[in-house]
Amino acid sequence: MRSSWFRPARRATAATLVSALALAALTACGTSSSADNDNNAGGGSSDPTAPLDPKAKVTLTIDCMPPAAKKAELKEWKEDVATFNKKYPNVTIDGKSTPGQCEEPARFTAALKAKSQPDVFYTYFTDLQQVLDNDGAADISAYVTDKTVPALADIDSNVLDVLKKDGKLYGLPTSNYRMGLLINRKLFTQAGLDPNKPPADWAEVRTAAKAIAGLGKGISGYGEYSAQNTGGWHYTATMYGLGGDVVSADGTKAAFNTDLGKEIVQNLHDMRWTDNSMGQTQLLKWGDLQKQMAADKLGMFLAAPDDITYMVQQLGADYANFGMGPIPGGKATLFGGNDYMIKKGSSPDKIKAAIAWLNLKTLTPGKGQFDYARSKADGLPVGLPQPAFFTGASKTEDDQLKAASATMPVENFRAFMDNPVPGKAEPAKAQEIYKVLDNVMSGVLTNKNADAAKLLSTAETQVNQVLANQ
Amino acid sequence: MSAPSAPTLPASTPAKSRSRRTVRRPAPDGRRPGRAGRALRRNLTAHAFLIGAVLCFAFFSWYPMVREFLLAFQKTESGQTTWVGWSNLNYVFHDPAFWQAWRNTLLFTGLALLLGFAVPFFVALLLNEMRHTRGYLRLLVYLPVMLPPVASVLIFKNLYNPEYGLFNRILETLHLPTQQWLQSTDTAMLSVVIASTWMNMGGATLIYLAALQGIPGELYEAAELDGAGLLRKIWHVTVPQTRLILSLMLLMQIIATMQVFTEPFLLTGGSGPEGSTTTVVYLIYQYAFSFNNYGGAAALGLVLLVLLAVFSAGYVRLSRAADE
Repeated sequence: MRSSWFRPARRATAATLVSALALAALTACGTSSSADNDNNAGGGSSDPTAPLDPKAKVTLTIDCMPPAAKKAELKEWKEDVATFNKKYPNVTIDGKSTPGQCEEPARFTAALKAKSQPDVFYTYFTDLQQVLDNDGAADISAYVTDKTVPALADIDSNVLDVLKKDGKLYGLPTSNYRMGLLINRKLFTQAGLDPNKPPADWAEVRTAAKAIAGLGKGISGYGEYSAQNTGGWHYTATMYGLGGDVVSADGTKAAFNTDLGKEIVQNLHDMRWTDNSMGQTQLLKWGDLQKQMAADKLGMFLAAPDDITYMVQQLGADYANFGMGPIPGGKATLFGGNDYMIKKGSSPDKIKAAIAWLNLKTLTPGKGQFDYARSKADGLPVGLPQPAFFTGASKTEDDQLKAASATMPVENFRAFMDNPVPGKAEPAKAQEIYKVLDNVMSGVLTNKNADAAKLLSTAETQVNQVLANQ
Repeated sequence: MSAPSAPTLPASTPAKSRSRRTVRRPAPDGRRPGRAGRALRRNLTAHAFLIGAVLCFAFFSWYPMVREFLLAFQKTESGQTTWVGWSNLNYVFHDPAFWQAWRNTLLFTGLALLLGFAVPFFVALLLNEMRHTRGYLRLLVYLPVMLPPVASVLIFKNLYNPEYGLFNRILETLHLPTQQWLQSTDTAMLSVVIASTWMNMGGATLIYLAALQGIPGELYEAAELDGAGLLRKIWHVTVPQTRLILSLMLLMQIIATMQVFTEPFLLTGGSGPEGSTTTVVYLIYQYAFSFNNYGGAAALGLVLLVLLAVFSAGYVRLSRAADE
């Protein structure tokens, strides 16, 4: 028998309560986690050249604050916030830290789609079109001047160009890289090679790889990616190094099915199957080769300088164990990097505050990320050839400051630094092309009888379809 | 023994007077509420309780489905969303990876059914015959399901490693040729299926086991009296008695295996050697998160949805047959 208290009226009340709770829960789920915007949206002077209104209260959410696990970096972040707040006490910096990489593409794509990216958000150079397609970034051209960013004239114009579309500037760089040949100095020495003279062309790479693999104990001489689009990325980098390209100048046709393209595939085939200097484990992606090299199981691979930071900080390797040379061939090298953009719809004051913060944190020699003396005192690495977007007087000043506080043997990167290779940007529809080229790389690295001509011919057809399929 | 029958009212009694629930007060304006209104009032409490679940489904299942359908016919460029008709589907059908992904997915489904359907059934048959250790063995069979999928996949990734993996060590010990497993176009998909079968067979085995235990023992006894051996008993008693469950599981496995993503993504990086493990769902992932082509991803999702809807309809039909 039912209890008498549970009468229809009360049942209805209970049901209403349940429904209200459910609604409340759903509302909570649907609420943006971002402290979206802000107490002064639309406030302040709309004149981009006017200084930030000191009376306007501005709160900036900013990507890529170091996580708690990175104590030294987090300490420096907080110090920079304190420094910034001395000049701009009206601005509250609300840093957002993310575990792992600052930008994880799947998460980033979803955030853009949901328009839930922070006010100042971290992107890769290659993300601009994606961000614009999602109406995600503000045009900051008018706000970025030699007054707001004093080193502006000394920032490499090639780098700034990557962040422009139709003459409008949408981001400010924080770091950039040029790919080179990363080597394990210990294995070079053990194999009787000179670690101060990294191989300069692919014939030398092959010879060195064979010698290193000859050490046995599961050591590979040279490593290469072939999964999750990273294989195609490295094929492109190799092609650039030899002076070739993967798409035609007008971007409408594949351009890798050439003698040069076949040469790359054949060389990889010979290293993998004839010399057996690339190990049996293939289908590798970003992170796999770094683990091998950090464990002294790999002699060389194509990389950006910050791979060394990853190996030291995340995998416990030693800076002194690594060196870099320019990309084999040295005709051109794939370049990339990362930057910050400002969310579209931000108020003028918010944009001004964001640029002031970025100027302090990432664009002023001797300050923020370029405060090498502080980094050295905090036990952080100093001396990597990256970032490298300054030119002129700023570069001279930065080089001097870096050399004065270097915590690693910078001569290990001498070959890379002394032989600068012109940078070349990634092709349009890069990821779709890399996906197709992954098959070329995985084909040659997993199949002894792979037919280079057939692999390239198939990939050419597919890339042409991709380029035609706009 | 049959249950006592409820007292019946004389046939001449008007239907409305048979139950208190049918007594209706007129609405304030003098009109009587309509049939829908009456049904709503009668089930008000149930409807109120349902609101939470309905809203959850609406927000997190139905709305995304509708959104996906719309996205499949839209394109967003420079912040402007426009209707593009069949353009996204056209893009998908002309993608060189499209047919390869379907071939791979169907191959996975075929192999997964061959292994993932037959193996759990025979394991269930064996377990059903056990008398003393059935409980422990059931736990052992189900254990992989309790492991996080990523952990299971990483275990297999190491087992398959051509240099230090256990499988090649065993082959070497037996003086058999070692394999490239995940690194060969010939064996990559099969290797993925083996890992997937091991990871997922526990649940299917338990369902088969439950079905087997529902078969009356008299049927086996009668078959034995008729001189049937083990195989004939399985063929003539077990299979017919579990046919409906087998059919339902077959459809459910088709639906599940056609959406495979985790295993190839983690074991071979998604594409595998020369794209040999690229599946449809991995291609959808690539469209959305590598190419930022949500329209293409939605269009391909729609194609997959249509195909799976056919199998789902079959599943619903079989479920109804099972209920009856």
